[in-house]
Amino acid sequence: MIVTLSASAPSGARSAAPNKIVLRGLKKRFFVRGRPVEALAGIDLEIRAGEFFCVVGPSGCGKTTLLRILAGLETRTAGTIEITREAVDTDAAARHLNSMIFQEQSIFPWKTVRDNVAFGLKARGFSRADRYAIAAGYIRKVGLAGFEDALPHQLSGGMKQRVSIARAFANDPEILLMDEPFAALDEQTKLVLQAELVRIWEELRKTVVYVTHSIDEAIVLADRILVMSARPGRIKDIIDVAAVFERPRHVETVKSSARYGELFGHIWNLLRDEVAAARAAEDAGAKRKEAPPE
Amino acid sequence: MSTTAIEVENIGTGIRWVTRRNVERGLSVMSPIILLLLWEIGGAVGWVDTRFFPAPSAIFAEAWNMILSGELWMHCSISLQRIAVGFCLGAVPGVVIGLAMGLFSPIRAVIQPLVDATFPIPKIAVLPLFIMVFGLGEESKYAIIATAVIYLVLINTVAGVRNIDAIYLDVGKNFGASRWMMFVDIALPGALPLVVAGLKLGMGVALLVIVSAEFVGARSGIGYLIWTSWQVFQVEKMYVGLMVSAVLGFGTAALLNWLERVLIPWKVR
Repeated sequence: MIVTLSASAPSGARSAAPNKIVLRGLKKRFFVRGRPVEALAGIDLEIRAGEFFCVVGPSGCGKTTLLRILAGLETRTAGTIEITREAVDTDAAARHLNSMIFQEQSIFPWKTVRDNVAFGLKARGFSRADRYAIAAGYIRKVGLAGFEDALPHQLSGGMKQRVSIARAFANDPEILLMDEPFAALDEQTKLVLQAELVRIWEELRKTVVYVTHSIDEAIVLADRILVMSARPGRIKDIIDVAAVFERPRHVETVKSSARYGELFGHIWNLLRDEVAAARAAEDAGAKRKEAPPE
Repeated sequence: MSTTAIEVENIGTGIRWVTRRNVERGLSVMSPIILLLLWEIGGAVGWVDTRFFPAPSAIFAEAWNMILSGELWMHCSISLQRIAVGFCLGAVPGVVIGLAMGLFSPIRAVIQPLVDATFPIPKIAVLPLFIMVFGLGEESKYAIIATAVIYLVLINTVAGVRNIDAIYLDVGKNFGASRWMMFVDIALPGALPLVVAGLKLGMGVALLVIVSAEFVGARSGIGYLIWTSWQVFQVEKMYVGLMVSAVLGFGTAALLNWLERVLIPWKVR
């Protein structure tokens, strides 16, 4: 991973924003029982600084793999990743490049809400007083004030994901990576949390890479949406949502707009064939498993 | 609105005592009492051979005498001491080695085959060897208990570390946790539920082993009490020994359950 430093201040106009992440020919190959499986087949992509970037695609298209490579949890097989770091200030060395919000239950069951939110800060060596002070602000921001000393098993699923969101934001990374953070939640909770995520993000304007299988969620949240093909994952199209829906955004306004339906239809048209292809590949895989070994 | 109707219904109902739960509790308390009563009556009437099954009243009287004379406490305290020392000698290295094996695969590669090869040996079978090495004193008792305990604690600790949800390790890695934080903030608490399960199993086996060890290689302790009472046919004393070992088992289990609640407050019970 090449990390360059740039001293240029982030400019006001969105389209003029510099690139934050540049991917060139990014490939990933797994080996499943000795058989190579192409997960990503050459991704070329620029994600701008301060952009909310969504990735949608059929299941198994490698969108989570892409995110995990960016998070440093997975290695890439080929290609380059260039990330432009923000100008160095006093403690920039200690600042984390990215923080991830995971899909499943990922907050530590043995830590209180406060210690969960402060986890990244602890890893960066903040004193207890400092990290608790910072955590308190983010706990308030996600609406969990009063639950600082609660343990996760005392919280609902939605509240746990709020803790996960606060943990990532409190770490103040340059890039936020989110892997379907609301997929396991019920519809109402999901709507509330999407609206809150939009509100918090519009306040802080961090670069976000957000993976989801929900077209609807992508339209509501994203500045741009990357539509991926079935495995091996390729770029099918990139849709500029920011050109259609201005910020600040209201989830209800977006969803009731006529343009929303058009966008949804357009993305679904792009995805439909890919979902069918992914299904066919899965069926073939299942047949291969049933067949006697050669 | 039917609010009034509900209020009327509540008046006079008060707290219901005859709930299913309370009935079941009552039955649970009654069943051992009834059994003891039947035993007592059966002995008096001659249905039960009191040479083998002395009346509960005679057993309790014997227990009372032994408490007054200090004999019971003497046996009890020495067994408790052996269990406490032996348990700690087994549990502490069990946890430490288990964590090391769980976290570092080379250590696991070295120790795992030794554990697998020696674990199936019934621990009490090693007692003659330990008496030979450590003599008839306390050391051989500590050693046999420690040996029995260390396996269960170690095996469970390794499983606890190995079974930590991968996502917690991913979070640690993504958030830049140091090796020390990975250990203290993730591996140790993540493994704790199984570590405590191992401690509980170890304690059960420690009781089993100490009573058997005291049968043959001791001049004191609960096992010695049971064994000598049988040899001199003081059956009441033997029953007192059995009763005390049951109380010890119950007490140590309660202690560890308490420890579990303190150490693992996040465990959903």
